[in-house]
Amino acid sequence: MPTDEKKPPGSGFSRRNFLKTIGAGAAATGLVREVADTAVVEAASDVQGPGEISITLNINGKSEKVSVEPRVTLLDALRNRLDHTGSKKVCDRGTCGACTILIDGQPAYSCSMLAVEAEGRKITTVEGLGTPEQLSALQESFIEHDAQQCGFCTPGFIVAGTALLNTNPNPTADDVNEALGGNLCRCGTYSGMVPAIMEAAKAMKGGA
Amino acid sequence: MAKSAWPAMGDRTVLGSRVSRLDGPIKTTGAAKYAYDQKLDGMLYGRFLIAPYAHGKIKSIDVSAAEAMKGVEVVQIIRNVGDEFLYAGDAIAALAATSEELAVDALDAIKVEYEILEHQMDDTTVDNVSGRVRTSEDGDVAAGFAEADIVHEGHYGVSPITHCCLESHGQVCEFKDGELWVWPSTQNVSGYADGLTKSSGLEASKIHVDCQVMGGGFGSKFGADQWGNVCTELAKAAGKPVKLMLERDQELMTAGARPSAHADVKVGLKKDGTITAWESNAWGSGGTGGAGRLQLPYVFGAIPNSKVGQGTIRTNRGSQRAWRAPGHPQSCLITMSALEDAAAEAGIDPLEFFKKNLDKLDVRLPNAENVYIEELDIAADLIGYKDKAHPRGDKTSGPIKRGLGMSMHTWGGAGHPSNADVVINPDGSVAVNCATQDLGTGARTALSIVVAETLGIPMDSVQANIGNNTLPPDNPSGGSTTIGGISSSSRDAATNALNAMFAKVASGLGVAADQLEARGGNVQEIGKPDNSMTWKKACALLGSNPIKGTGAKPTSDGTKLDNSQVGGCQMADVSVDIETGVVTINEMVAVQDIGTIINLKCAESQVHGALIMGVTYALYEEAIYDPITGKMLNADMEFYRLAGHADVGKLTVHMMQTEEHYSRGVIGLGEPPVISPGAAISNAVANAIGVRVPTLPLTPDRVLAALA
Ligand code: FES
Ligand code: FES
Repeated sequence: MPTDEKKPPGSGFSRRNFLKTIGAGAAATGLVREVADTAVVEAASDVQGPGEISITLNINGKSEKVSVEPRVTLLDALRNRLDHTGSKKVCDRGTCGACTILIDGQPAYSCSMLAVEAEGRKITTVEGLGTPEQLSALQESFIEHDAQQCGFCTPGFIVAGTALLNTNPNPTADDVNEALGGNLCRCGTYSGMVPAIMEAAKAMKGGA
Repeated sequence: MAKSAWPAMGDRTVLGSRVSRLDGPIKTTGAAKYAYDQKLDGMLYGRFLIAPYAHGKIKSIDVSAAEAMKGVEVVQIIRNVGDEFLYAGDAIAALAATSEELAVDALDAIKVEYEILEHQMDDTTVDNVSGRVRTSEDGDVAAGFAEADIVHEGHYGVSPITHCCLESHGQVCEFKDGELWVWPSTQNVSGYADGLTKSSGLEASKIHVDCQVMGGGFGSKFGADQWGNVCTELAKAAGKPVKLMLERDQELMTAGARPSAHADVKVGLKKDGTITAWESNAWGSGGTGGAGRLQLPYVFGAIPNSKVGQGTIRTNRGSQRAWRAPGHPQSCLITMSALEDAAAEAGIDPLEFFKKNLDKLDVRLPNAENVYIEELDIAADLIGYKDKAHPRGDKTSGPIKRGLGMSMHTWGGAGHPSNADVVINPDGSVAVNCATQDLGTGARTALSIVVAETLGIPMDSVQANIGNNTLPPDNPSGGSTTIGGISSSSRDAATNALNAMFAKVASGLGVAADQLEARGGNVQEIGKPDNSMTWKKACALLGSNPIKGTGAKPTSDGTKLDNSQVGGCQMADVSVDIETGVVTINEMVAVQDIGTIINLKCAESQVHGALIMGVTYALYEEAIYDPITGKMLNADMEFYRLAGHADVGKLTVHMMQTEEHYSRGVIGLGEPPVISPGAAISNAVANAIGVRVPTLPLTPDRVLAALA
């Protein structure tokens, strides 16, 4: 008998892991419903809300207090309750990547994670990566290679690209395609992105 | 005296070079504030309740429970008892609440009973055409077909697609001191206020519009629309600022679509490939709106004996809106596919075939035949046509078949009426003001380039102010008209400012004002750098008064700085897996003439973006409606598919930059390159698998059905 038949359905997935998986854009669709049911069961033992609760989020190296209902996504908390509007809401369900942030250094869709889940973790939004006056190497490279038009998707790509460069200083074009595969652009700005990331990788190694 | 005519090609400094867009730093860092990002003190969140059925009437509507909820400040009924709605997604009611979550809860509390009426969704069959059918006939069609050795007949279609702007439609607004302040996502900064006078009860001059950046429009954001007006009414009723931007599903169902197009086509050819006749019966649906006009046969409009008809099918979908190059991508797909099929039947190489029939062009581009020949040759070279081309049907073994396809297009792109002013300050800084909008095309950057070029100063001395309706008015951005408009008005304004400045500083150089020029950061006697002063010094002579030059399109000295009519061709190299039906783009090449280029970097980006959008509509995106319920089945971004990073293959863009093209004047680039990709890809797929997949997008099911 295969061992997992003994386990309750979906075990091995904590609610947090579930959200993390979704957040990383890697959830196999077939798993979602089953895992979501489990998440509900597990959540029942740790009831918060339904009213607002106060939480502290660590955003771009600073602690920020915010009052949210437990159902509020991290994206909505960042955008509506705090003043971090760099992360965009486009699909609000884990498809487009416009809301991409870093959670403990890993890219995640902030629309698919609850604000309360992010407490105690290191959140980095696009605003934490550079400013117009002090651009990161990747931001500069995106501008140089014109990897943006309307720019609405751009913050998500910058965060996803930064996550790639943080773990892989020598990405290939395939690595870039894969790392940016969870982000969509309507204006069609993909062409500049591979060279932008490659050049930024070089610059970060002091090669440019 | 400075003249507004563009400098000679060899005499440019920044014009036509590769300039990084000025708003890059705010866009890449998240600092750019879109309408979607505006957050005002005490702002309420608006939401629409939308119709769940494709056609119906309101039997009853009860908003009392929603109104009673704490934090729900206004509820507005849009469709009352007895009112009819014509598509799923149409607005029924709206409300504003203190949080987005509460607004969602409140929508749930609205009770509506619907009377469901009959709907029509199918636009694929000619039987559903109703109303007037537009027809026209040229020459002797029967004789034309009698003359033909080969008569090809086929059906071709393009499914409806949406605009799917990543920033949805809508606005944030606030009444303050009896005036209205609006932050919309719009393609029409100067005209936006006119659409809000009724709902606000204010004259347009009391409505302040600001849109510094906007997240995509593609033809769908010209007016204040229902959402702008409802937002305004909610804000007025609540006495508080309101944000009302469409949810993604509503955006996809309501806020714009490109009409579908279908056609039964008959083409007559002689054995040598000469086209002798064309007959097409076309139809399409723009939902509750018209289906727009097709141009058949496209580009080859002078085919001698032709007969065309076009009808419309009204369907219960949201109304069509202008979608990049209205009517052209559909007309192009139908024409280029039918012609290529006919050529394949005759066993003629398509490149040779298209070139052979260039005497049947009906385009207003001067010297069109030669321009297209040159462009086809460049494209063929870039894609490696000689080595890759094969007759229809890749005969190599294995399931992966490879093919090449091509297409040609045309567009107008003349500049729209525009106003601008240029202010030269005593400290040497310069501002250019124009109430245009930057849809991501680089309009802001283009203004700076033109003014820097005209004044002979570095771009960083020029501040471009756009996106606000207090600035000199510009027209809406549609039909690739912006760049010709704003480059003319800003060049005119800068020229006038410069001449006013020359009048003030001429005595300092001991020559008449009309003997001065500005170049290389200096003001100097024409051709005599020895008799010069720095720009800064010249500006300091202005004393405490800045100089302002006003300009317009048309320009004040009557010089025409824009032009219209372009060609362009594209080729695609694809692989098709005949076991799965999956089409993969290996490479696309776009060759585009576009007159005087202002910013080569952004121009190339426009073409790349158009190719990518083209890959999306050729292979992936399609608004799918359930014939039974009439609902859009993919009003989300999982199943309304946009091409991703790995889907687009290698893209090569070649801009025609010869003296001949440069000297034509400025022409808009938004539309032309988005016209051909569908046809080029469809032709490449037919070349690969040996049969035509008749309808876009070329999804695996359609490919397999064509192969079956
Ligand atoms: S908004 Fe989060 S993935 Fe689209
Ligand atoms: S730049 Fe407009 S959506 Fe990507």
